Amino acid sequence: MHIVGYLAALGFGFAAIGSGIGVGIIVGKTIESVARQPELQGRLTSLMFLGIALTEALCFIAIAIGFIPFPSP
Amino acid sequence: MPAAVAASGFEPPTIQDFFPPAVLFAGTPFELNRTMLIRLVALLALCAWLYLGTRRMKLVPGRRQVATEFALGFVRNNIAIETLGEEDGRRFMPVIMTMFFLVFAMNITGVVPFLQLAGTAVIGLPLILALIAWALFIYAGFKKLGWTYLKNALFLPGVPWPLYFLLTPLEILSTFIVRPITLTMRLLMNMVSGHLLLALVYAASSFFLFTLLPQGNLFGLIGVGTVVFGVLYLAFEIFVALLQAYVFAFLTAIYIQLAVAEEH
Repeated sequence: MHIVGYLAALGFGFAAIGSGIGVGIIVGKTIESVARQPELQGRLTSLMFLGIALTEALCFIAIAIGFIPFPSP
Repeated sequence: MPAAVAASGFEPPTIQDFFPPAVLFAGTPFELNRTMLIRLVALLALCAWLYLGTRRMKLVPGRRQVATEFALGFVRNNIAIETLGEEDGRRFMPVIMTMFFLVFAMNITGVVPFLQLAGTAVIGLPLILALIAWALFIYAGFKKLGWTYLKNALFLPGVPWPLYFLLTPLEILSTFIVRPITLTMRLLMNMVSGHLLLALVYAASSFFLFTLLPQGNLFGLIGVGTVVFGVLYLAFEIFVALLQAYVFAFLTAIYIQLAVAEEH
Protein backbone atom coordinates (compact mmCIF):
# COMPACT_ATOMS: atom_id res chain seq x y z
CA MET A 1 0.00 0.00 0.00
CA HIS A 2 1.21 3.49 -0.81
CA ILE A 3 0.30 6.42 1.46
CA VAL A 4 1.00 10.05 0.56
CA GLY A 5 0.88 12.88 3.08
CA TYR A 6 2.71 15.02 5.53
CA LEU A 7 4.52 13.30 8.39
CA ALA A 8 4.16 16.58 10.31
CA ALA A 9 0.39 16.05 10.43
CA LEU A 10 1.01 12.76 12.25
CA GLY A 11 3.24 14.55 14.74
CA PHE A 12 0.57 17.14 15.34
CA GLY A 13 -1.91 14.35 15.96
CA PHE A 14 0.27 12.84 18.65
CA ALA A 15 0.78 16.24 20.29
CA ALA A 16 -2.97 16.85 20.20
CA ILE A 17 -3.58 13.66 22.25
CA GLY A 18 -1.63 15.08 25.17
CA SER A 19 -3.03 18.58 25.18
CA GLY A 20 -6.52 17.25 24.50
CA ILE A 21 -6.38 15.12 27.63
CA GLY A 22 -4.91 18.07 29.55
CA VAL A 23 -7.60 20.53 28.49
CA GLY A 24 -10.25 17.92 29.26
CA ILE A 25 -8.96 17.46 32.79
CA ILE A 26 -8.77 21.23 33.36
CA VAL A 27 -12.31 21.93 32.16
CA GLY A 28 -13.70 18.90 33.98
CA LYS A 29 -12.11 19.93 37.25
CA THR A 30 -13.37 23.49 36.80
CA ILE A 31 -16.92 22.28 36.28
CA GLU A 32 -16.58 20.10 39.36
CA SER A 33 -15.34 23.04 41.43
CA VAL A 34 -18.11 25.35 40.19
CA ALA A 35 -20.64 22.69 41.12
CA ARG A 36 -19.23 22.66 44.63
CA GLN A 37 -18.83 26.41 45.04
CA PRO A 38 -20.89 28.32 42.48
CA GLU A 39 -19.95 31.70 44.00
CA LEU A 40 -16.33 31.27 42.82
CA GLN A 41 -17.31 30.86 39.17
CA GLY A 42 -15.76 34.09 37.84
CA ARG A 43 -12.38 33.49 39.39
CA LEU A 44 -12.36 29.81 38.41
CA THR A 45 -13.26 30.59 34.81
CA SER A 46 -10.30 32.95 34.38
CA LEU A 47 -8.01 30.36 36.00
CA MET A 48 -9.44 27.75 33.64
CA PHE A 49 -8.60 29.85 30.59
CA LEU A 50 -5.10 30.39 31.94
CA GLY A 51 -4.63 26.64 32.39
CA ILE A 52 -6.02 25.92 28.94
CA ALA A 53 -3.69 28.50 27.37
CA LEU A 54 -0.64 26.99 29.06
CA THR A 55 -1.60 23.43 28.11
CA GLU A 56 -2.58 24.26 24.56
CA ALA A 57 0.76 25.93 23.81
CA LEU A 58 2.42 22.52 23.36
CA CYS A 59 -0.09 21.67 20.66
CA PHE A 60 0.59 24.93 18.85
CA ILE A 61 4.33 24.35 18.99
CA ALA A 62 3.63 21.02 17.28
CA ILE A 63 1.81 22.87 14.49
CA ALA A 64 4.78 25.22 14.15
CA ILE A 65 7.25 22.34 13.83
CA GLY A 66 5.42 21.21 10.70
CA PHE A 67 6.29 24.46 8.93
CA ILE A 68 10.03 24.23 9.58
CA PRO A 69 11.62 23.17 6.29
CA PHE A 70 13.89 20.19 6.83
CA PRO A 71 16.59 19.43 4.26
CA SER A 72 15.55 16.34 2.34
CA PRO A 73 18.25 13.65 2.11
CA MET B 1 -0.37 18.76 -3.39
CA PRO B 2 -1.39 15.50 -5.12
CA ALA B 3 -1.95 15.89 -8.85
CA ALA B 4 -5.51 14.54 -8.68
CA VAL B 5 -6.50 17.37 -6.31
CA ALA B 6 -4.92 20.03 -8.49
CA ALA B 7 -6.64 18.71 -11.60
CA SER B 8 -10.10 18.69 -9.97
CA GLY B 9 -10.13 22.46 -9.42
CA PHE B 10 -9.98 22.35 -5.61
CA GLU B 11 -7.52 24.92 -4.25
CA PRO B 12 -6.58 24.31 -0.62
CA PRO B 13 -4.93 27.18 1.27
CA THR B 14 -1.15 27.15 1.48
CA ILE B 15 1.39 28.80 3.71
CA GLN B 16 1.97 31.31 0.91
CA ASP B 17 -1.28 33.03 1.96
CA PHE B 18 0.67 34.67 4.76
CA PHE B 19 3.43 36.02 2.51
CA PRO B 20 1.67 37.77 -0.36
CA PRO B 21 3.72 39.73 -2.92
CA ALA B 22 4.63 43.31 -2.10
CA VAL B 23 2.12 46.01 -2.95
CA LEU B 24 3.87 49.30 -2.16
CA PHE B 25 7.51 50.41 -2.00
CA ALA B 26 8.76 47.05 -3.32
CA GLY B 27 12.49 46.54 -2.93
CA THR B 28 12.94 49.11 -0.14
CA PRO B 29 13.15 48.31 3.60
CA PHE B 30 9.65 49.81 3.93
CA GLU B 31 8.10 47.23 1.63
CA LEU B 32 4.39 46.84 2.34
CA ASN B 33 2.54 43.67 1.45
CA ARG B 34 -1.07 42.77 2.13
CA THR B 35 -0.36 41.58 5.68
CA MET B 36 1.30 44.86 6.59
CA LEU B 37 -1.56 46.86 5.07
CA ILE B 38 -4.05 44.81 7.13
CA ARG B 39 -2.04 45.62 10.25
CA LEU B 40 -2.13 49.33 9.40
CA VAL B 41 -5.89 49.19 8.84
CA ALA B 42 -6.40 47.43 12.18
CA LEU B 43 -4.20 49.98 13.93
CA LEU B 44 -6.08 52.93 12.41
CA ALA B 45 -9.44 51.36 13.32
CA LEU B 46 -8.28 50.83 16.91
CA CYS B 47 -7.02 54.41 17.22
CA ALA B 48 -10.22 55.79 15.70
CA TRP B 49 -12.38 53.73 18.05
CA LEU B 50 -10.46 54.81 21.15
CA TYR B 51 -10.41 58.45 20.01
CA LEU B 52 -14.13 58.55 19.27
CA GLY B 53 -14.98 56.61 22.42
CA THR B 54 -13.06 58.86 24.79
CA ARG B 55 -13.72 62.21 23.12
CA ARG B 56 -15.92 64.59 25.11
CA MET B 57 -16.27 62.39 28.20
CA LYS B 58 -19.48 63.04 30.09
CA LEU B 59 -20.53 62.27 33.62
CA VAL B 60 -23.64 60.59 32.27
CA PRO B 61 -22.04 58.56 29.46
CA GLY B 62 -23.50 58.03 26.02
CA ARG B 63 -23.68 54.63 24.39
CA ARG B 64 -20.26 54.84 22.76
CA GLN B 65 -18.59 55.98 25.94
CA VAL B 66 -20.21 53.15 27.92
CA ALA B 67 -18.87 50.54 25.50
CA THR B 68 -15.36 51.98 25.60
CA GLU B 69 -15.38 52.36 29.37
CA PHE B 70 -16.61 48.79 29.77
CA ALA B 71 -13.71 47.41 27.71
CA LEU B 72 -11.08 49.59 29.37
CA GLY B 73 -12.50 48.88 32.82
CA PHE B 74 -12.51 45.14 32.17
CA VAL B 75 -8.80 45.13 31.36
CA ARG B 76 -7.95 47.39 34.28
CA ASN B 77 -9.99 45.61 36.94
CA ASN B 78 -10.17 41.99 35.82
CA ILE B 79 -6.66 41.63 34.40
CA ALA B 80 -4.28 44.25 35.80
CA ILE B 81 -5.53 44.96 39.30
CA GLU B 82 -6.88 41.50 40.04
CA THR B 83 -3.52 39.91 39.22
CA LEU B 84 -1.02 42.53 40.36
CA GLY B 85 -2.85 44.23 43.19
CA GLU B 86 -3.90 47.88 43.40
CA GLU B 87 -0.50 49.61 43.29
CA ASP B 88 1.43 47.48 40.77
CA GLY B 89 -1.73 46.98 38.77
CA ARG B 90 -2.07 50.70 38.13
CA ARG B 91 1.64 51.00 37.38
CA PHE B 92 1.72 48.30 34.71
CA MET B 93 -1.79 48.93 33.42
CA PRO B 94 -0.76 50.96 30.32
CA VAL B 95 1.38 48.13 28.92
CA ILE B 96 -1.19 45.44 29.67
CA MET B 97 -3.97 47.60 28.21
CA THR B 98 -1.92 48.20 25.04
CA MET B 99 -1.21 44.51 24.66
CA PHE B 100 -4.84 43.50 25.07
CA PHE B 101 -6.24 45.98 22.58
CA LEU B 102 -3.42 45.65 20.05
CA VAL B 103 -3.61 41.86 20.03
CA PHE B 104 -7.40 41.95 19.81
CA ALA B 105 -7.45 44.46 16.94
CA MET B 106 -4.86 42.43 15.03
CA ASN B 107 -6.66 39.13 15.70
CA ILE B 108 -10.12 40.25 14.70
CA THR B 109 -9.01 41.14 11.17
CA GLY B 110 -8.89 37.38 10.56
CA VAL B 111 -12.71 37.28 10.41
CA VAL B 112 -13.42 40.72 8.92
CA PRO B 113 -14.67 40.32 5.32
CA PHE B 114 -12.18 41.39 2.62
CA LEU B 115 -9.29 41.45 5.11
CA GLN B 116 -9.51 37.77 6.10
CA LEU B 117 -6.01 37.52 7.51
CA ALA B 118 -5.05 38.14 11.12
CA GLY B 119 -2.30 40.72 11.59
CA THR B 120 -0.80 38.41 14.20
CA ALA B 121 -0.61 35.47 11.80
CA VAL B 122 2.94 36.42 10.76
CA ILE B 123 5.62 36.02 13.41
CA GLY B 124 6.86 39.64 13.65
CA LEU B 125 4.14 41.12 15.80
CA PRO B 126 3.67 38.26 18.31
CA LEU B 127 7.46 38.00 18.68
CA ILE B 128 7.87 41.73 19.41
CA LEU B 129 5.00 41.69 21.91
CA ALA B 130 6.38 38.59 23.64
CA LEU B 131 9.85 40.15 23.85
CA ILE B 132 8.33 43.29 25.38
CA ALA B 133 6.54 41.14 27.95
CA TRP B 134 9.77 39.22 28.61
CA ALA B 135 11.83 42.41 29.10
CA LEU B 136 9.06 43.88 31.22
CA PHE B 137 8.86 41.09 33.78
CA ILE B 138 12.64 40.92 34.11
CA TYR B 139 12.73 44.71 34.55
CA ALA B 140 9.92 44.59 37.10
CA GLY B 141 11.72 41.91 39.11
CA PHE B 142 15.05 43.74 39.14
CA LYS B 143 13.41 47.07 39.94
CA LYS B 144 11.54 45.64 42.91
CA LEU B 145 14.06 43.19 44.36
CA GLY B 146 17.47 43.90 42.77
CA TRP B 147 19.71 40.87 42.53
CA THR B 148 17.47 39.04 44.98
CA TYR B 149 15.15 38.60 42.02
CA LEU B 150 17.61 36.30 40.26
CA LYS B 151 18.15 34.39 43.48
CA ASN B 152 14.38 34.00 43.94
CA ALA B 153 13.85 32.99 40.34
CA LEU B 154 16.71 30.51 40.06
CA PHE B 155 17.08 28.98 43.53
CA LEU B 156 13.80 27.67 44.86
CA PRO B 157 13.66 27.88 48.65
CA GLY B 158 13.36 24.75 50.78
CA VAL B 159 15.31 22.43 48.47
CA PRO B 160 18.47 20.56 49.55
CA TRP B 161 21.42 22.23 47.82
CA PRO B 162 22.65 19.35 45.62
CA LEU B 163 19.34 19.50 43.78
CA TYR B 164 20.18 23.00 42.54
CA PHE B 165 22.48 21.44 39.93
CA LEU B 166 19.36 19.92 38.43
CA LEU B 167 16.74 22.56 39.22
CA THR B 168 18.55 25.79 38.34
CA PRO B 169 19.10 24.95 34.65
CA LEU B 170 15.46 23.90 34.46
CA GLU B 171 14.36 27.18 36.03
CA ILE B 172 16.53 29.17 33.61
CA LEU B 173 14.99 27.26 30.74
CA SER B 174 11.40 27.58 31.89
CA THR B 175 11.52 31.20 33.07
CA PHE B 176 13.75 32.98 30.61
CA ILE B 177 13.57 30.89 27.44
CA VAL B 178 10.33 28.95 27.27
CA ARG B 179 8.06 31.82 28.39
CA PRO B 180 8.65 34.18 25.45
CA ILE B 181 8.62 31.27 23.00
CA THR B 182 5.28 29.94 24.23
CA LEU B 183 3.77 33.44 24.30
CA THR B 184 4.77 33.90 20.66
CA MET B 185 3.79 30.44 19.47
CA ARG B 186 0.42 30.36 21.21
CA LEU B 187 -0.76 33.56 19.57
CA LEU B 188 0.87 32.97 16.19
CA MET B 189 -0.23 29.38 15.71
CA ASN B 190 -3.77 30.05 16.92
CA MET B 191 -4.11 32.63 14.18
CA VAL B 192 -2.28 30.59 11.53
CA SER B 193 -4.34 27.45 12.10
CA GLY B 194 -7.51 29.53 12.36
CA HIS B 195 -6.85 31.13 9.00
CA LEU B 196 -5.90 27.84 7.35
CA LEU B 197 -9.04 26.10 8.61
CA LEU B 198 -11.34 28.96 7.62
CA ALA B 199 -9.75 29.19 4.16
CA LEU B 200 -10.04 25.40 3.81
CA VAL B 201 -13.75 25.49 4.66
CA TYR B 202 -14.38 28.36 2.21
CA ALA B 203 -12.43 26.62 -0.54
CA ALA B 204 -14.21 23.32 0.11
CA SER B 205 -17.65 24.98 0.09
CA SER B 206 -16.94 26.73 -3.17
CA PHE B 207 -15.56 23.52 -4.69
CA PHE B 208 -18.51 21.35 -3.62
CA LEU B 209 -21.29 23.83 -4.43
CA PHE B 210 -19.96 25.52 -7.57
CA THR B 211 -17.76 22.86 -9.18
CA LEU B 212 -19.14 19.43 -8.25
CA LEU B 213 -22.86 20.18 -7.95
CA PRO B 214 -23.27 21.80 -11.43
CA GLN B 215 -21.65 18.65 -12.88
CA GLY B 216 -24.54 16.66 -11.41
CA ASN B 217 -22.30 15.02 -8.82
CA LEU B 218 -24.39 14.48 -5.68
CA PHE B 219 -21.27 14.54 -3.50
CA GLY B 220 -21.57 18.31 -3.99
CA LEU B 221 -24.28 18.27 -1.33
CA ILE B 222 -21.50 17.88 1.25
CA GLY B 223 -21.08 21.61 0.56
CA VAL B 224 -24.16 22.35 2.68
CA GLY B 225 -22.40 20.77 5.64
CA THR B 226 -19.20 22.71 5.06
CA VAL B 227 -21.13 26.00 4.87
CA VAL B 228 -22.80 25.29 8.22
CA PHE B 229 -19.46 24.32 9.73
CA GLY B 230 -17.88 27.46 8.27
CA VAL B 231 -20.41 29.75 9.94
CA LEU B 232 -19.90 27.99 13.27
CA TYR B 233 -16.15 28.17 12.89
CA LEU B 234 -16.35 31.89 12.08
CA ALA B 235 -18.12 32.47 15.39
CA PHE B 236 -15.49 30.34 17.12
CA GLU B 237 -12.72 32.43 15.54
CA ILE B 238 -14.24 35.64 16.96
CA PHE B 239 -14.22 33.97 20.38
CA VAL B 240 -10.61 32.85 19.87
CA ALA B 241 -9.54 36.38 18.90
CA LEU B 242 -10.96 37.73 22.15
CA LEU B 243 -9.63 34.83 24.20
CA GLN B 244 -6.09 35.09 22.86
CA ALA B 245 -5.99 38.83 23.59
CA TYR B 246 -7.20 38.08 27.11
CA VAL B 247 -4.71 35.26 27.59
CA PHE B 248 -1.79 37.32 26.28
CA ALA B 249 -2.50 40.26 28.58
CA PHE B 250 -3.32 37.98 31.50
CA LEU B 251 -0.11 35.94 31.13
CA THR B 252 1.97 39.12 30.90
CA ALA B 253 0.37 40.28 34.15
CA ILE B 254 0.97 36.87 35.78
CA TYR B 255 4.64 36.85 34.76
CA ILE B 256 5.11 40.34 36.22
CA GLN B 257 3.33 39.21 39.38
CA LEU B 258 5.58 36.15 39.69
CA ALA B 259 8.64 38.38 39.24
CA VAL B 260 7.69 40.97 41.86
CA ALA B 261 6.46 38.42 44.43
CA GLU B 262 8.70 38.46 47.49
CA GLU B 263 9.06 34.69 47.52
CA HIS B 264 7.21 31.76 46.09
